[in-house]
Amino acid sequence: MGMAIESMELNEVETLEGHTDRVWSLDWNPATGHSGIPLLFASSSGDKTVRVWEQNTLSSNRFTCKAVLDETHTRTVRSCAWSPSGKLLATASFDATTALWENVGGEFECVSTLEGHENEVKSVCWNASGNLLATCSRDKSVWIWEVQQGNDVECVSVLQGHTQDVKMVKWHPTMDVLFSCSYDNTIKVWADEGESDDWQCVQTLGEPNKGHTSTVWSISFNASGNKMVTCSDDLTLKVWETENIELQSAGEFAPWRHLYTLTDYHDRTIFSVHWSREGILASGAADNAIRLFVDNNESEVDGPMFKLLLKKEKAHDMDINCVQWSPGEKPLLASASDDGTIKVWELAS
Amino acid sequence: MTLGLINANPVVHAKKERIARTDYPHADHAVDPLDIYDFVRDIRDPEHPYSLEQLSVLSEESITVDDKLGLILITFTPTVQHCSMATVIGLCLRVKLKHYFPPHYKVDIKVSPGSHADEESVNKQLNDKERVAAALENPNLRQLVDECLYSNEL
Repeated sequence: MGMAIESMELNEVETLEGHTDRVWSLDWNPATGHSGIPLLFASSSGDKTVRVWEQNTLSSNRFTCKAVLDETHTRTVRSCAWSPSGKLLATASFDATTALWENVGGEFECVSTLEGHENEVKSVCWNASGNLLATCSRDKSVWIWEVQQGNDVECVSVLQGHTQDVKMVKWHPTMDVLFSCSYDNTIKVWADEGESDDWQCVQTLGEPNKGHTSTVWSISFNASGNKMVTCSDDLTLKVWETENIELQSAGEFAPWRHLYTLTDYHDRTIFSVHWSREGILASGAADNAIRLFVDNNESEVDGPMFKLLLKKEKAHDMDINCVQWSPGEKPLLASASDDGTIKVWELAS
Repeated sequence: MTLGLINANPVVHAKKERIARTDYPHADHAVDPLDIYDFVRDIRDPEHPYSLEQLSVLSEESITVDDKLGLILITFTPTVQHCSMATVIGLCLRVKLKHYFPPHYKVDIKVSPGSHADEESVNKQLNDKERVAAALENPNLRQLVDECLYSNEL
């Protein structure tokens, strides 16, 4: 494996144009890319729209824009997230709202609007079972919402704790434990300690825990959920580990601890990091480059725990805001940029 | 009338003589600090009917360019240490450069060391592009920025 991995390349498959302003985020629909269902993802932009892109598996394997969701948000759409079943799309906007969309007979309809944040909503995320949503905002709060029958959505908790705007929320891939990262340089872990939706901050990962020294922009988990990676304006990626994530369900808490810092790779703010099921870390940054990292199996004691697999310089003409591995069988990566484009890449040897 | 101004009596300097430059924009011309200074010197101060140049908020020396790497660094000096308009000045600089310069330049904007009481927090805010984008979608802030950029009051 060592030899094969050394010779890998990230080849550009396609550049997707359509957005008329920077593309902030994208999210692959997890229910696509297998069982004969063509790959599909959504992208959100400073042009106030969301676009849905689908792969044409019959002919070229190219992606085409299937829908433009443009009549709901009045400001930048900062992020988007598909529910685990792939049936609902949530979009978070600087207009202080989060919208829920459903594909009804090929048309996307806005079926619910979540209001409550005082100002810009920056991120939205579904929990593993798809009954809970989390959002975060410049108003420093994190909200947890319950999605009920008929797409009725109710706020179940408002979490205060961050001292500055909250950049991203991310649910653990298997447990109902929520993570948030902020302009206040910290990552907070939130868990439901009782039965009455009593969500509490159970851990804060900051500078004293070998944490970040500037804004934390993004969080991603490995497949088994015992490790997470975060990226920051401090130009580092940090890997964190927990002993036993299952403990969390028993009302106990196994704290996360700093495992490793990847430093001296990116030259400017790292906006996005995503961990593939195969264990490859992809990062996208304001230096226009994409970098891939892997576990360093041959590591000696005290040697680096992760190593650079490859660096794609000038992956875009401007900042890269989001990188996401596809859920399909092929190792496809999509990247979204300030240059207004989305690129699809294939990792090949 | 001047009650409420953060700096009621700013020191006003003469405008620098302009050198006629006809070689920009030009594909083979490397961007230098003077090119950038020429674009931003006339931005009006958010508080006063004077330009950033006249108030010595900006000078040619406070701009550095690495044309090869595509990096621009602008350092400005607010007229008072507690200037709450520092972030507005920063937004004006960003908008102006975005409109007139090739978008692939990476622009960093800072207050000059020691010139602001909250130096670190102002610098952090000015260089967080998400906050900049959100601020520019705020109609009140946008209007303030536009008035500084397109004012004929000078």
